[in-house]
Amino acid sequence: MALVLTDEQELLYRTARDLVQRAAPVGRLRVYRDTRDPDGFSRELWAEMARLGWLGIVVPEAYGGSGLGWRELMVVMEALGRNLVTEPLTGTVLLGATALLLGGTEAQKQAHLPAVATGERFLALAYQEAGSRYDWTRVETRAERAGGGWKLTGEKRHVLDGHVADCFVVSARTGGSETDPHGITCFLVRRDAPGVSVERLWRVDGRGAATLRLDGVTVSADAILGGEGQAASLLERTLDRATIACSAEMLGGMLACFEMTLEYLKTRKQFGVPIGSFQALKHRAARLFVETELARSIVMAAHEALDEGADDQRVLRLAATAKARCSDGFVLMGNEGVQMHGGIGMTDEHDVGLYLKRARAAEIQFGDTAFHRQRLAALDGY
Amino acid sequence: MGLADSVRRMADLETFRAEVRTWLDANAPAGVRTPPRTPDELCWGGRKGSYPEDVRRWLALMAERGWTAPTWPREYGGGGLSKAEARVLAEEMARLRLRPPLTGFGLEMIGPLLLQVGNEEQKREHLPRIVRGEIRWCQGYSEPGAGSDLAGLQTRAVRDGDDYILNGQKVWTSYGDKSDWMFLLVRTDTTQKHGGITFLLMDMDTPGVQVRPIRLISGASPFTETFLTDVRVPRRNVVGEENGGWAIAKMLLRFERNMIADVFKARDDRKRLLDMARRYVPAAGDHARVGDPVIRDRITQLEMDQLCFDLTLARARDRLGAGQPPGAEVSFFKLYGTELNQRRRELMVSIAGPQALGWEGPGFSDDELALTRDWLRSRGNTIEGGTSEIQLNIIAKHVLGLPD
Repeated sequence: MALVLTDEQELLYRTARDLVQRAAPVGRLRVYRDTRDPDGFSRELWAEMARLGWLGIVVPEAYGGSGLGWRELMVVMEALGRNLVTEPLTGTVLLGATALLLGGTEAQKQAHLPAVATGERFLALAYQEAGSRYDWTRVETRAERAGGGWKLTGEKRHVLDGHVADCFVVSARTGGSETDPHGITCFLVRRDAPGVSVERLWRVDGRGAATLRLDGVTVSADAILGGEGQAASLLERTLDRATIACSAEMLGGMLACFEMTLEYLKTRKQFGVPIGSFQALKHRAARLFVETELARSIVMAAHEALDEGADDQRVLRLAATAKARCSDGFVLMGNEGVQMHGGIGMTDEHDVGLYLKRARAAEIQFGDTAFHRQRLAALDGY
Repeated sequence: MGLADSVRRMADLETFRAEVRTWLDANAPAGVRTPPRTPDELCWGGRKGSYPEDVRRWLALMAERGWTAPTWPREYGGGGLSKAEARVLAEEMARLRLRPPLTGFGLEMIGPLLLQVGNEEQKREHLPRIVRGEIRWCQGYSEPGAGSDLAGLQTRAVRDGDDYILNGQKVWTSYGDKSDWMFLLVRTDTTQKHGGITFLLMDMDTPGVQVRPIRLISGASPFTETFLTDVRVPRRNVVGEENGGWAIAKMLLRFERNMIADVFKARDDRKRLLDMARRYVPAAGDHARVGDPVIRDRITQLEMDQLCFDLTLARARDRLGAGQPPGAEVSFFKLYGTELNQRRRELMVSIAGPQALGWEGPGFSDDELALTRDWLRSRGNTIEGGTSEIQLNIIAKHVLGLPD
């Protein structure tokens, strides 16, 4: 396989870019924030994405999806990332649908995936807690046997897109000590189940998220996703795939921020000349270009590996590298973007600050660079 | 292109692969089936080199098929392979861990350049001799007064009948003492800077050519100075037009940067870095692990960056046609590849600690002495072939379109 897009993928990318340019201008993030919009995204745009088949891109046709590949998802995510799109693909598609695809029973897949593809169901993965930071194997939420089913008690934090989720995939401890990677089990929990409460979070990047509280929530035995005590592997595989797609989104954000900054360097005049004629800025702009190229290469290679059915270790290696590279690159881009814009870059009115905020949030989402370097070192046994 | 066509081409390619595999395995001598430890163990060809029997035989066998220059046209001695076939050949050679039969500036720089802009006579004269490894080439670009400002070069070429008479001095001539021919830039017009430069081919055995070695901070080096005193070069050795050399010079620089970037692709260094860290900085009670978390993190960071860089080179190759002159983006390969190499050398020094401080003599292993010299030598990577600052200028201007 070659690291170039097919004509069909190019076309899909252009379609996605056109749609978000038209329907999702970056400035809407300020409106959602200032009006305290409960959704923080457009349900019409969500429905349009469903019609275009984007929500089920990697979902097989048997479950109502398009049965395309990860590279198709990649070009869509890049296009969405360019406009800092807030529609809840992360929770529903990257995490929720992926977890179901990897760990779901036939009945679970049939129950959720077609509804995801049509845009009728929002999902979220509730895997983090107050004490976990990036170590999601630290699970205090308990699941105890109750009758023929389970009773869940605990609090999950930073549940991405959890503010609108109809159904949560929740990690809970069914055995082992608090830090034991074994003994964690994933459960499907409906939002309307008695004992569930959801509190919306207001984040710096405008993405929706929630704190999920489970107060003795009872679920039946068939709510287990991926087998009792088997969640560590399921979560790792799910998160690696979501991390790869997230890197494509970050690449899009990085590129948009870069182009905006480059344009500013060419048009903003000081001392009677465009500021982009100053070598101090030129060289930094050239370094930023290097960041975008390196990021694109690893993002493409990681998605290609998923399409080729690479083993979990290779997926981990590429996911960790892609995320580390995109995190460093995007954060640098956000910082340099604001710096090169000068005073106007610090104003709420200018879009570059929105990219700075998203860069930081995306860096922390799914683990920062140091975290992913440690994962790679552990994988290679040093 | 129909589906049937592409299916047939795939099948042809697999047949080709099977043939290549069989031929390579049957013909590659034992002495070329191990990776070279230093660039000097590769075959650079030329009249002045002496190489082991297996290396010479390998060169002759491969050159006969044109496989020292697989994608060059057959009429000039090349292999006439398509890009896809050349890739298959490279893959099969890599699979058997075979050394390239030939390397050097002929194959990597002046050959591709002549294919693009040389006249028929020049192609017929020089390309087959490059393919067969008969002539080793060196580059006469930099001068004492013309480093980053290359177009400020002063070596004069004055017409005298059908010849030029050359006077001046070139520096940083890699392997000037081992090469047979030089491609060089000379000044044929003093009234204009870029428009007064001519690209010439010169036999190093011409009277008036004198070569002197340069010693570096790392010790002995392949670099030389070349002094030119009343050197007579025929005018038919001009590539392109008189005074039209600057555009050709820049094209060749892109081939050069491409070659330099290629040198810094990850090879076996990855394992070496880890092995070193485990040996010099072991974790207490667990010798598979690295004891210092900062060293461990630097290793991982470097390997991640190296992977991204290798993939970027692969991506560029996938886009670029075989033998096409690379674009300005090659400046970024040169920039980043050389910086990666410097980081790797510095990290090795950090890992070895006091054992990295040897210059020569007892108390230090050969590997330790080599890593010290390699570290020092790597400081030049971001200077030679156009400094990093020049590469950043090129990216800013030609890739990003930033104003002067």
